[in-house]
Amino acid sequence: MTHDEILKGLYDETLVGNAPAVRDLTNLGLAEDLSPESMLYDGLIPSLEEVGARFERGDYFVPEMLIAARAMQGALDILRPLLIETGVQQVGTFVMGTVKGDVHDIGKNLVNIMLEGAGFTVIDLGVNVSPEKFVEQVIEHKPEIVGFSAFLTTTMPMFKANINALRKAGLRDDVIVMVGGAPVTQEYADIVGADGYAADASTAVRLAKDLIQKRRALVPA
Amino acid sequence: METTLQSASKTVVIGPERPFCIIGERINPTGRKAFQAQLQKGDISQLEIDIAEQVAGGAHVLDINVGDPLADEVGLMRRAVVRAQELTDLPLCIDSSIIEALEAGLEVYQGKALVNSVTGEDERLEAILPIVARHGAAVIALANDDEIPMEPQRRYEIARKIVSAAGDHGIPPEDIVIDALAMPIGAEPRAAVLFFETLRLIREGLGVNTTCGASNTSFGLPGRHGLNAHFIATASTHGLTSAIMDARSPACVDGAHAADVLHARDEYGMGWIRTFRARQAAAAAAAG
Repeated sequence: MTHDEILKGLYDETLVGNAPAVRDLTNLGLAEDLSPESMLYDGLIPSLEEVGARFERGDYFVPEMLIAARAMQGALDILRPLLIETGVQQVGTFVMGTVKGDVHDIGKNLVNIMLEGAGFTVIDLGVNVSPEKFVEQVIEHKPEIVGFSAFLTTTMPMFKANINALRKAGLRDDVIVMVGGAPVTQEYADIVGADGYAADASTAVRLAKDLIQKRRALVPA
Repeated sequence: METTLQSASKTVVIGPERPFCIIGERINPTGRKAFQAQLQKGDISQLEIDIAEQVAGGAHVLDINVGDPLADEVGLMRRAVVRAQELTDLPLCIDSSIIEALEAGLEVYQGKALVNSVTGEDERLEAILPIVARHGAAVIALANDDEIPMEPQRRYEIARKIVSAAGDHGIPPEDIVIDALAMPIGAEPRAAVLFFETLRLIREGLGVNTTCGASNTSFGLPGRHGLNAHFIATASTHGLTSAIMDARSPACVDGAHAADVLHARDEYGMGWIRTFRARQAAAAAAAG
């Protein structure tokens, strides 16, 4: 197979969530001296962007998005060590958790898998995460973004508590805050002082990339 | 085992030999921007439309949830329960994660309500069960604690713990309805299989009534009403005796009614025929 055929194969097989094929093509690409960077940026990421676009148009459904992202993860497991070796700039690190008092994680997990598929490094803190734990993990991992998920109207006020905890620790300006969950609205995100809200996993990934780009534009590296 | 719910004038019984109990889920602001905005202004006029639709659709019980973090949920619940009881004689399911809102709803409710819900953590049990006992209500108990277990056995153990704790507060097993946790198949392909297995364990081990948020099952999938309908009928075969579901959806309601016909809870399908005629009449009236 030519390099172009391998890249097209990665794109096409990721689009339909064929994990074994994506893994085989990734290994084939490496054997054929195709660069990990090219496989990521010319094959896998464009494919997952197309998956996101189809999902947002209503042409793709949640399981299709899920298996596509998982297929891509299989490739990333192979490519990640090589990408780190070559010093390719990471998309970003995302610390994620369901807020204290809340045990719902299906939506959060969908966002995680789409973020990883888009090339983010995701640190998932799980459910029932206290403000102190978020602060501690933001200090440890220095993420570009921290995400708070809540499924209950009674746990949504934890967004504010988490943001206050970040502020108290002097970290608020160092990290972008995104919030989400079934009952959450843009209006509520604005009121608690979050930097971003998205209604679904695909939009969340797009927004995360936009917010990081905006911030990098403000603060030249 | 039979769970009896009452309004001021009407009794509904949930039980394996009874018609599958349809608990209408519509009075809930989640994902409804306009309704949220109304609630924030203290406007509960939407209830009139939502209740009429669900009663026409065939609900037996109506779930009332007025949760919005930017609204006064306690005050809203009190008013919503009073208003709902003016609009319908169906028993109500008072739904909130705020304990004060549950209490406010129960205080003004006439009859024997269903409370939604309690979970398996000790502090939730100790906070909510006394309120349920004091008001002589029945309660939905979610088979989860500080995590949502995916193992049926673990869900069963939490259910058993809640039934036992309820007994300590003088609440009989008849007044516990276990939510066996219907989860999205689109995110976990075995979600429904695990749910059916949980139902079996609860039926055989506890014999109490069961429920679930039936619409969760189809989250993220197309053709939701059709899938929900088959889920409801199949779950009924596995012992599910009620569901919090979309009573406005003829497909979903048919799923529940078909289960009744197939399990001989609707003799000669007379209820099925009645529903058919009512829809025929409604369609004729709509056509003028």
